[in-house]
Amino acid sequence: MGILSERFKEYWEGFKEGSWQDGIDTRDFIIRNFTPYYGDSSFLCGPTERTKALNEKLNALFKEEREKGGVLDINTEVVSSLCNYPAAYLDRENELIVGYQTDKPLCRGVNPFGGIRMARSACEAYGYKLSEKVEEHFEYRTTHNDGVFRVYTDEMKLARHVGIITGLPDAYGRGRIIGDYRRVALYGVDYLIEQKTLDKKKIGEGVMDVETIRLSEELFQQISFLKKMKEMAMMYGYDISLPARDTKEAIQWTYFAYLASIKEQNGAAMSLGRVSTFFDIYVCRDMERGTITEEQAQELIDDFVMKLRSARHLRTPEYNELFGGDPMWITESVGGITTENVPLVTKGSYRMLNTLYNLGSSPEPNLTVLWSERLPEPFKKFCAQISIDTDSIQYENDDLMRMEYGDDYAIACCVSAMKVGKQMQFFGARFNLPKLLLLTINGGYDNVTGMKLGPQMEPMQDEYLDFYKVKERLNVYRSWLCKLYVNTMNVIHYMHDKYAYEKTQMALHDTEVERLMAFGIAGLSVMADSLSAIKYAKVKPIRDENGYIVDFDIEGDFPKFGNDDNRVDKIAQNIIQKVSAELKLNPTYRGALHTLSALTITSNVVYGKKTGSTPDGRKKGEPFAPGANPMHNRETNGAVASLNSVAKLQYDYCRDGISNTFSIIPDALGRDEEERAENLVAILDGYFSNYAHHLNVNVLNKEKLIEAYENPEAYPNLTIRVSGYAVNFHKLSREQQREVISRTFHSSI
Amino acid sequence: MAELTCRYSSVQTMGTLDGPGVRFILFLQGCPLHCGYCHNPETRAFDGGKTATVTEIMAMVSRCRSYFGKKGGITVSGGEPLMQAEFVTELFKECKKAGIHTCVDTSGCILNGNIEKMLDYTDLCLLDIKMTNDKDYKEYIGCDMSAPLKFLQKLSEKKVPVWLRQVIVKGINDNEENVKLFNGIAEKYDNVTYTELLPFRKLCESKYEEMKIPFPFGIYPETDKAVIEKLTAFLTKTNK
Repeated sequence: MGILSERFKEYWEGFKEGSWQDGIDTRDFIIRNFTPYYGDSSFLCGPTERTKALNEKLNALFKEEREKGGVLDINTEVVSSLCNYPAAYLDRENELIVGYQTDKPLCRGVNPFGGIRMARSACEAYGYKLSEKVEEHFEYRTTHNDGVFRVYTDEMKLARHVGIITGLPDAYGRGRIIGDYRRVALYGVDYLIEQKTLDKKKIGEGVMDVETIRLSEELFQQISFLKKMKEMAMMYGYDISLPARDTKEAIQWTYFAYLASIKEQNGAAMSLGRVSTFFDIYVCRDMERGTITEEQAQELIDDFVMKLRSARHLRTPEYNELFGGDPMWITESVGGITTENVPLVTKGSYRMLNTLYNLGSSPEPNLTVLWSERLPEPFKKFCAQISIDTDSIQYENDDLMRMEYGDDYAIACCVSAMKVGKQMQFFGARFNLPKLLLLTINGGYDNVTGMKLGPQMEPMQDEYLDFYKVKERLNVYRSWLCKLYVNTMNVIHYMHDKYAYEKTQMALHDTEVERLMAFGIAGLSVMADSLSAIKYAKVKPIRDENGYIVDFDIEGDFPKFGNDDNRVDKIAQNIIQKVSAELKLNPTYRGALHTLSALTITSNVVYGKKTGSTPDGRKKGEPFAPGANPMHNRETNGAVASLNSVAKLQYDYCRDGISNTFSIIPDALGRDEEERAENLVAILDGYFSNYAHHLNVNVLNKEKLIEAYENPEAYPNLTIRVSGYAVNFHKLSREQQREVISRTFHSSI
Repeated sequence: MAELTCRYSSVQTMGTLDGPGVRFILFLQGCPLHCGYCHNPETRAFDGGKTATVTEIMAMVSRCRSYFGKKGGITVSGGEPLMQAEFVTELFKECKKAGIHTCVDTSGCILNGNIEKMLDYTDLCLLDIKMTNDKDYKEYIGCDMSAPLKFLQKLSEKKVPVWLRQVIVKGINDNEENVKLFNGIAEKYDNVTYTELLPFRKLCESKYEEMKIPFPFGIYPETDKAVIEKLTAFLTKTNK
């Protein structure tokens, strides 16, 4: 027996031994100790009276928040951090899991480390004023945003201004980092501090250069914030220096680790990881000991989820335009199988999904089912039923991701997979593909802003656009943009590490961490259809008085993405391959691996607004399709053909995810409940067996959305899935709501 | 010998209402009837649509195969699939070779040697009993009621499982009496495993407008879900 197992004997009693007792290895602990569950959902418990009462209180606060225009309150006096607020409660006597971000539930803290202007204007947007104290403090402090703009080149600023690269995390936290929050429960904070101290010491024994000096300082910060995490927990009366003893502590310890992270960071996506099956191991041990019932286990999970649903960050209205619905992306990955093909589905997986019934449907946490052909059939059916009932969960292909990331990865944000505690990501938003095409044919002139950028050439002169000439020119502009994009990202992440380093979350990673740099594209289907139109139909440019192309006449028909037609689907594949290859030619900060996503969140609306008419017939200002979705109403062969087109996009070139949102009316999914769930399972099995990556599922009537658009107060909890996450429909802007309504609903007549 | 070709109007790669499970639906072109509520008027003309060979259709079907699950498969609808029975036979032979469940969705208005042969490769038949008396059949559909009954008799002899279906239109057949007659037909045959009443819908109205032809049942209202539920309660065979 090792030294550690002796030291933590009373905490780890009843667990199966393994290498997790010789050093930090959460995955090994899970694999050796979890109890797969092959049964159905009949064991689940509904909400207790306590849960119902607490949830009602919380819902009342949500209502008040809505009535106040989306923000309940802002604490403008204090800068958000781990120990800067006193303990806060919703109902102290009745809460099982405790901890709020600020001094009051739903009250938002200010976090100016990303940029003081953003914090200031977010306060002002809701009628608050950032306090003098905070303003003064940040007068003498460099923020991430300050750092970035000290180094941005004129071209970077221009690309940003024109909107060819947008949504960059240069004024707010980059997010997309998942701490292995479970480590706090399994090992306690003291052990984590010891390990980090040892790592730091070891670094000091080697060569001190830029890399090691930076890492050493980061370790200093990590250790210091682990200590603060303990202090924060003490404010709630808990000592988390040592491992959790039971289920309640395991959940509470894990939540404290997550809470510390969202107090410290306001990243766009603050994902949770993969905790359901981890918690179930504690539940099973407590049940064996006779110290917990199923009802109590569910109650703890319900309470934990209520806390997650209360997480908030302060954002500006411009930010909300890009990422609509006030999301936190508290993504929890559920299911999947082990590398030995054993389902990682436990009763804990069911309990987590059951919160959607017990507490009502909700966009957060962003529940993500890791789908494998080998998931137990009853679990598949349960998930499908939840989709039909709540529209609140998404699906991602475990059989695809497991090959790359093993069996303890989780999803950050919407579709970004990473090994928990072993990989982190440099988030990089996305660039606008159709705008790149328009820039190409106009020789470096943006026909929306009238500004010039990129290589300067004559606009294309042909009466009809020539596919091969366009393609050749596109190579030049793609290459220019990819270089600019990588360089811009390098600047951003250098500065983020320097001025807004995620010490709490990184303390919950291995010290030697693998870094991914996540690039993205928007408007994939518009781009593919545009190139297809140029190739297969006749596209005649319409020019303005200066000879710049501003619109197109399209003669004849052309294949459109979303019909399982290789002529255009291969064009879409090719776009991704080319971008991916081109990005990889440019070196990244800290040697990060280049990845790419086809994901837009709700920014497809804004991107469309900033983009002129395109050769596929889309008019100036009209939204793009979200993520990798085919354009609205261009599918003529039904939903399977549409899914097949998206499934052809290769994950190998798009490792940061390929988002697809699928909306179907209930009547088109089957005659009755039973059939609908069965058919949805068949559809998911079919789609993912074709190597597809992601699917958002909405089963609802267009009429219901129109009604919710017209009478928002009648549908306060209407949740729908949009590109990669779920939102409360009423929290979207009117424009975003209209776009969702116009999106293809699959129906069968 | 040149491969057989069909005339078809369109395909639906995700059908869930025409047979069990998730299905590939092939809408063939051409129909001899002129049902007042026809929701695919564009499939009536025998000279319209596109052409495809068995190989070409099978290529499309195979792209959908992974979505069929345990119950799904192909449904040939129309138009009237019986009018292209030779093609359907060859198509179904290929499906059977590939282990794909085959289903035909028909009015049962004709019967001949080719159709009998087709039934040997048919796993399920969705048969519309469009009306329950000869007068209505002649008036609204365009054939004698004896035709589908004869077809049903043949299905029974060949032991092909059948789902009987009927569209309910307000003022024409939305009554208990009609449902009882419908039940009577279903109960006569053991191979009828399931019966279903469908609401009359007017989603097809725009198709008529586009084609600039009158929609004979345009004057009738859509059938309420509640009416279908009420009448379905009288059905005696409702377990698939």
